[in-house]
Amino acid sequence: MLPFILKRIFQSFLVLIITGAIAFSMFTFVGDPVDNMLGQERTMEDVERLRAQLGLDQPIPVQYVKFLGEAVQGNFGVSYRQGREVSEIIMERAPATLELAALSAIFAIVVGIALGVFTAIRRDGLVANFIMSASLIGVSLPTFLIGILLIYLFSVELGWLPSFGRGEVVQVGGWTTGFLTESGLKALILPSITLGLYQMTLIMRLVRSEMLEVLRQDYIRFARARGLSERVINFRHALKNTMVPVITVIGLQLGAIIAFAIITETVFQWPGLGLLFINAIQFVDIPVMAAYLMMISVMFVVINLLVDILYAFIDPRLRVAAK
Amino acid sequence: MTDHPNSTTEAAPSRMRRALDSDLFYAFKRSPVAMVSTVVAAVLILSAVFAPLIAPTNPFDPASLNLMNGFTPPMAPNAFTGETFLLGTDDQGRDVFSTILYGMRISLFVGFAAVMFAVVLGVFLGLLAGYFGGWADSFIMRAADVQLTFPSILVAMLIFGIAKGITPVEHRDQMAIWVLILAIGLSDWVQFARVVRGATLVEKSKDYVSAARLIGRKPYAIMLRHILPNILSPVLVIATISLALAIIAEATLSFLGVGAPATQPSLGTLIRVGQGFLFSGEWWILFFPACTLLALALSVNMLGDWLRDALNPRLK
Repeated sequence: MLPFILKRIFQSFLVLIITGAIAFSMFTFVGDPVDNMLGQERTMEDVERLRAQLGLDQPIPVQYVKFLGEAVQGNFGVSYRQGREVSEIIMERAPATLELAALSAIFAIVVGIALGVFTAIRRDGLVANFIMSASLIGVSLPTFLIGILLIYLFSVELGWLPSFGRGEVVQVGGWTTGFLTESGLKALILPSITLGLYQMTLIMRLVRSEMLEVLRQDYIRFARARGLSERVINFRHALKNTMVPVITVIGLQLGAIIAFAIITETVFQWPGLGLLFINAIQFVDIPVMAAYLMMISVMFVVINLLVDILYAFIDPRLRVAAK
Repeated sequence: MTDHPNSTTEAAPSRMRRALDSDLFYAFKRSPVAMVSTVVAAVLILSAVFAPLIAPTNPFDPASLNLMNGFTPPMAPNAFTGETFLLGTDDQGRDVFSTILYGMRISLFVGFAAVMFAVVLGVFLGLLAGYFGGWADSFIMRAADVQLTFPSILVAMLIFGIAKGITPVEHRDQMAIWVLILAIGLSDWVQFARVVRGATLVEKSKDYVSAARLIGRKPYAIMLRHILPNILSPVLVIATISLALAIIAEATLSFLGVGAPATQPSLGTLIRVGQGFLFSGEWWILFFPACTLLALALSVNMLGDWLRDALNPRLK
């Protein structure tokens, strides 16, 4: 068990060091920071002084180690476009994305599991079949078209929900939240459905196929023979045993939700990290791009590591294979 | 099938005859899904290729535009000029039908080129990893693992951003299409490399490879002339499905404003532009490009799914 975990941790560090190198080379090779910071009227002495001050006169490996040290402390320098500390901008934008991602994940998990169980139990029902076919179309629609479709239906035609922004937000400590006002909650509905829909269909289809598998097992027939009610059989016995693969997929999809928030945030002009990243790409704002890259990779690596370790704990076969 | 050629008594059948007699064509004739999606994809691809002949106007020729024609609804005469447009016009009086045809050209070009790039890179690296093994194998496959940690659309965005930063400002718009191809292609090579590596490992131990090695063929000749032709069918399947995904990835990037520029609009760019007119009621500027994108991606995707099942020996 321990060698397996150690090996995975080592691999995770490797991924972080590589993404760190990519982020670092973005600074070094894409545009000269000295050019960005000094104006048109500069002397050679100015350039030399700034180079020494920024440590750019040192060998590349030394610079890289320094960069990693700064990155670990969350220090990525100043945004070229906004002229403010990148860490400050990210802290300001993070709550919007995290609230959106959390709500989408809850939507995907709750609705996905509920519909998965429903379509498995009513396997031949009309409604269940309809849901299954609809989910196929849902999977093949690109995210941004789903967002536009929802905006058209609920904002343009029906006028029920806002089409962009977070609505009114309340400041709680350093955190801005949309959960406490009516307009904030309304503004969350369409983006979280858009963002969570793909994961919802994924979880639904997985729960359904796992349930169908489990419902064929002998212990379910035995439970039925014991005269247990359908509800107890379906939820206590069957659903519980489908949860192992489902939890893995949910874990892995959490990272995807944050990454795909980029698309949803652009459609809904949601002032979060994804929109920040897209604007950074459009204006080649390297510090913001590098910071986002490092943040996302830490998140993905941690999630993957946790899921792998969790899986090894749950599934004894993996433990043997790792030895 | 009375005239089925018997190879021992008759001359070798022509290529066409062989194609028509193949299992694949037989499966194709019996699958309505495959036929419908082929027809849809073929019509769309052909109309994109022959766009200059089909399109009523050239949307990139400023001389042919009349601002008075702006916002004409589909199939209705314009209030000022009395001209009628099949799918209406956008804000600048461009015929939506023509912009879709030209936009589809760019979407398809980027999609095909990106998949070609991913296939060449992935197949080459997969062959190397599978045939030589050792440190080349570990290095290539670890790189693939690292890249697989992230969603491919994120990788494509990042490559696009870096490449954009490297290209000089005055060339950015012209280079955008090529940068897009590079970004989508690089984000997609991993699955080709993995499949090819696996298949190469299997083929490598077969007798014909030993025989080729024995008569002194060079490793690259064995890889490209002997092994490669035997492992092409999974590559073909993944490439077809990849094409659909690449078209959607291109549309997504262009929609986000980090793809095809406004001077060379793809379907995604058209949807991005059209979204701005959703609230003022000009639905057709958004609706028709979106439908075209869906039809294109769905038909190619379904064709890929069918091909996967048809070429899978276990399903027969």
